[in-house]
Amino acid sequence: MTSTQYNQTHEGRSGVLRDGLAAAWPICLGYFPIGMALGVLGQQAGLGPAWIGLMSVLVFAGSAQFIAVAMLDGGASATAIILTTLVVNFRHFLMSSALAIPLRGVRRSFLILFAYGITDESFGVNMTRFRAGNWDRWRALVVHHAANSTWILATILGSLVGSLIPPGAFGIDFALPGMFIALLVLQLHGRAYVFTGGLAAGLAVIWKLLIPGDSYIVGAAILAATGGYLVRRRVRRQREAKG
Amino acid sequence: MSFSTYLLLLLGMGAVTYLPRLLPLLLLSQRQLPRWLVDWLELIPVAILAALLAPSLLIDSHSNSFNLLRPEFWVAVPTFLFAVRSQSLGGTVLVGMGLFWLAEKLF
Repeated sequence: MTSTQYNQTHEGRSGVLRDGLAAAWPICLGYFPIGMALGVLGQQAGLGPAWIGLMSVLVFAGSAQFIAVAMLDGGASATAIILTTLVVNFRHFLMSSALAIPLRGVRRSFLILFAYGITDESFGVNMTRFRAGNWDRWRALVVHHAANSTWILATILGSLVGSLIPPGAFGIDFALPGMFIALLVLQLHGRAYVFTGGLAAGLAVIWKLLIPGDSYIVGAAILAATGGYLVRRRVRRQREAKG
Repeated sequence: MSFSTYLLLLLGMGAVTYLPRLLPLLLLSQRQLPRWLVDWLELIPVAILAALLAPSLLIDSHSNSFNLLRPEFWVAVPTFLFAVRSQSLGGTVLVGMGLFWLAEKLF
C-alpha cells in the first residue's frame, strides 16, 4: 500500500492531523522539560530568548544544542562548535537512509521539508508506524511539526521563566527514556531484530566506556545491523539448503 | 562573540545538522535499492534505538563508568516488561515516568 492510497481512504486532513498529533504527544511531553532546561542554560551562557529561539529553529537538534551552549560558555571557537555539531548529528545520516525506504518515489520538495524534522524521537515513532502499515508521509510530517514547534517554544520559554520551575518533577526526566524503551520493544519483529537490538545495546555500552564522545551511536548501530544481517542471511541459506 | 559571528555559527550548525538529514533521503528515495541494502536498512531502527538507549541506562555520564545500580536501569526493567505486554507507546511513557518518580522518592 502506498502512502497516498492510505491518505485517500482515511477521512482527509483532520484525520491526518489527529493521527499525527496522537503519535507525537509522547515526544512533545519529553521535549518540553528538556527544551526548558536548554533555555535556562542558554540564558546562563548569555544567549537570550531570541538567540535560543533562532538556534532551535536553525539547528533543531537537542543534544548538539546542549553541547554548543556548554562550548560557548567555555569560550570555544565557532569552527570547533560546528565540527562537533556535525559529528553529534551524523547519526541522522543513518536514519535518513532508513527513511528513504518508506518514502520511495516521493517528490523532492516534500523531502526537503520532511528532512528538517528528522530527530531520534520522530524517527523512532515514524519508522514504527510505517512498519505497522497504517501510516503515511503526511502523518509523519505532522509528527515532525508538532515535535519541532514544542521544542522551539520550550527553549524560548525556558530562557524566559525556566529558572523559576523546579527540575525533574513527576518523573518527567524518564519521559524520553520511557519512549525509547517502548519504541525499541515495538521494533522487535522477530529473532533477527532481538539479536540486532541486543548486540547494539552491548556494543554501544562497551564502545562508550572505551571511547568518550558520541561515536558509539553510529558505530554500534552499523556493527549490530551488519551482524544481524549476516546472521539472518546465514540462517536463510541453511534453510534453503535443507529444503 | 559578535552578532554576526553568532549568526554565522548558527547557520553553520544548521547546515551540518540539515544536510545529513536531507542527502540520504534525496539520493536513496529516487531509485530502486538492492535487496541486501534494504534488508540491512530494515535492521537500522532497532540497532540505533538500542544504541541510543542502553548507555543512557547503564553508564553514569559524569564519571563515564558502568553502573548496574542506577535508578534509570531498574525503572527500565519493569517499563520494558510493560511495553512488551501492552505494546503501547503512550502508556509505557506514563508508566515509566510514574515508576521513576517513585524510585526517586524512595531511594
